[in-house]
Amino acid sequence: MANTALALRALHKSYGKVRAVTALDLTVSSGECFGLLGPNGAGKTTTIEICEGLLEPDAGDVEVLGLRWSADERALREQLGIQLQDTQLSEKLTVTETVRLFRSFYAHGPSVEEVIALVQLEEKRSARVGTLSGGQKQRLAVALAVVGDPKLLFLDEPTTGLDPQSRRQLWDLIARFRSEGRTIVLTTHYMDEAERLCDRVAIVDQGRVIALDTPRALIASLGAEHVVGFKFEEGTVVDEPSLRALDGVTAVRREADAFELTSEELRRTVPALLSHVERHGLRLAELHTHSATLEDVFVALTGRHLRDA
Amino acid sequence: MRDSMRQLALTRFREFVREPEALFWALLFPILLSLGLGLAFRNRPAEMVHVGVVARRPADFAILESLRASSGVAAESLGADAARLALRTGRIALVVLTTETGGIVYEFDDTRPDARTARFLADDAIQRGRGRTDPVAVAERQVRERGSRYIDFVVPGLLGLGLMGNGVWSIGFTIVDARRKRLLKRFMATPMSRVEYLASFIISRFALLVVEVLLLVGFAALVFDVPLRGSLVELAAICVLSALSFCALGLLCAARPRTIEGANGVMNLAMVPMWILSGVFFSAENFPRVIQPFIQALPLTAVNDALRANMLRGAGFDVVGPELAIMLAWGAGCFVLALRLFRWR
Repeated sequence: MANTALALRALHKSYGKVRAVTALDLTVSSGECFGLLGPNGAGKTTTIEICEGLLEPDAGDVEVLGLRWSADERALREQLGIQLQDTQLSEKLTVTETVRLFRSFYAHGPSVEEVIALVQLEEKRSARVGTLSGGQKQRLAVALAVVGDPKLLFLDEPTTGLDPQSRRQLWDLIARFRSEGRTIVLTTHYMDEAERLCDRVAIVDQGRVIALDTPRALIASLGAEHVVGFKFEEGTVVDEPSLRALDGVTAVRREADAFELTSEELRRTVPALLSHVERHGLRLAELHTHSATLEDVFVALTGRHLRDA
Repeated sequence: MRDSMRQLALTRFREFVREPEALFWALLFPILLSLGLGLAFRNRPAEMVHVGVVARRPADFAILESLRASSGVAAESLGADAARLALRTGRIALVVLTTETGGIVYEFDDTRPDARTARFLADDAIQRGRGRTDPVAVAERQVRERGSRYIDFVVPGLLGLGLMGNGVWSIGFTIVDARRKRLLKRFMATPMSRVEYLASFIISRFALLVVEVLLLVGFAALVFDVPLRGSLVELAAICVLSALSFCALGLLCAARPRTIEGANGVMNLAMVPMWILSGVFFSAENFPRVIQPFIQALPLTAVNDALRANMLRGAGFDVVGPELAIMLAWGAGCFVLALRLFRWR
């Protein structure tokens, strides 16, 4: 199975009574950028750390690059690049010293200078890690993941907590790793990140994979490409079935006084909605539309939003 | 040396020297402590006692002369009022008065030790001046030997204390801090060798050890003339063995804790009893006989005893064998236990 980079079968992991991962199956192909998308606490980090050989599953089978942790740990470590979610590097070392230290652990890989140039930290090469910005620290963490020229790269929440510009820099970097033919497994709770970077996405919730496909296919599974959101003025009595019957609408969702219609075509649904409002003498307090995203897929599957799930 | 081993050792070294506070406590503090203790408990030359003589008659001046001739007495002629004022303010310890009948009165505060000394020294000088002879011949031999002073006792103790503190703290805090920051876990995600990781602590410990021992021993020898009577090679060997032993203790303390607070508690639990019991500032013999076997089995007691035997008595390995065995046992025991308990992630 040279084409399979990672295979998880019937994975279980509990912490005390809390089931972090339940009956999880996944297969990631070589050269693929695979995303685990889900809210905080969904089991993404547990899953990825089991793949990284840092956690033991309670049950299930893990095969990484055709090898197993129990038998081939040493060989695996040489071929994997790992960025953990919350590592604090030694603040007193400089960027160059830190990269050189990690590079020294691997038998093969690019030079220290090449790695620093790759993550665009040349100007900071002599700066202590403690003086770097959040985005620079995160780029350094990613640099340390590639010092061994890994075939398979695990990135756990690579852009969480970063400003938009730093996020875009990291996205460019990850896109570049993918174009170099490396297999990438990343976790994120940002739908835009998963949509933009990943070939396939597994949506994870409460330790289970609840949907798995390309971002485009997942969105298409909603049966509609657009979302119309609106609110009526307070105290309005709403007849939901009549909304469902509007032209182009495939689903209606209500959250408190906010409505979301999934729509096949905005040019049919929006005029229909407006004439419905006028016919019944209703008044809109708010109206907006957007193209459907993975967020909408998550909402459709779980009834919750990614951020507050 | 493999590059990874070199980089790990360099990292340890850099982390240490870039922490000025750690440098101060590890290297300069023991020296300041020995300086303070050496000055506070230094052996002073025998002090002079100050005596005032109220001289009114020619014979009184003969008394003044015989007091001045005596070593250890500083005598001066004073008026009666001035003499009593000087006595009250403590400037002199004794007033010598003569009576109409040719007798002598000593005025002094008998609760002051120096006043009692002054009374006997002055009386002895005055009586001899009048021709008293001793029925028994006496001779004095003064003993102020190097090696029996407090500073001689305390310097090996401070050296042992430093060997323990630097060993346990430098390893304990660095490892627990790396675990707390998930850096240890990050290292485990690389092909890094665990043996090299632990060895890097030993290497950097030795680099510091050389500086630490040379500074303190050199300072004590140059400034306080503390003796180094034993073989220097054996002294170095004692330092190396004790440093290894305390490194193992530090590793054991750092094996489980996930927080600095937790590590602090474990390290204090291990070290505070030894600070008190192991004879750093005063002899461990002062403690009750019942707990002596326990005290003697502590690693710091063994280290202090071995250092004192070497430096002060010039004893060789044949004498300090039991102490070396205790250090070795502690080192090996702690190391094996630490590796079994160690939380790598």
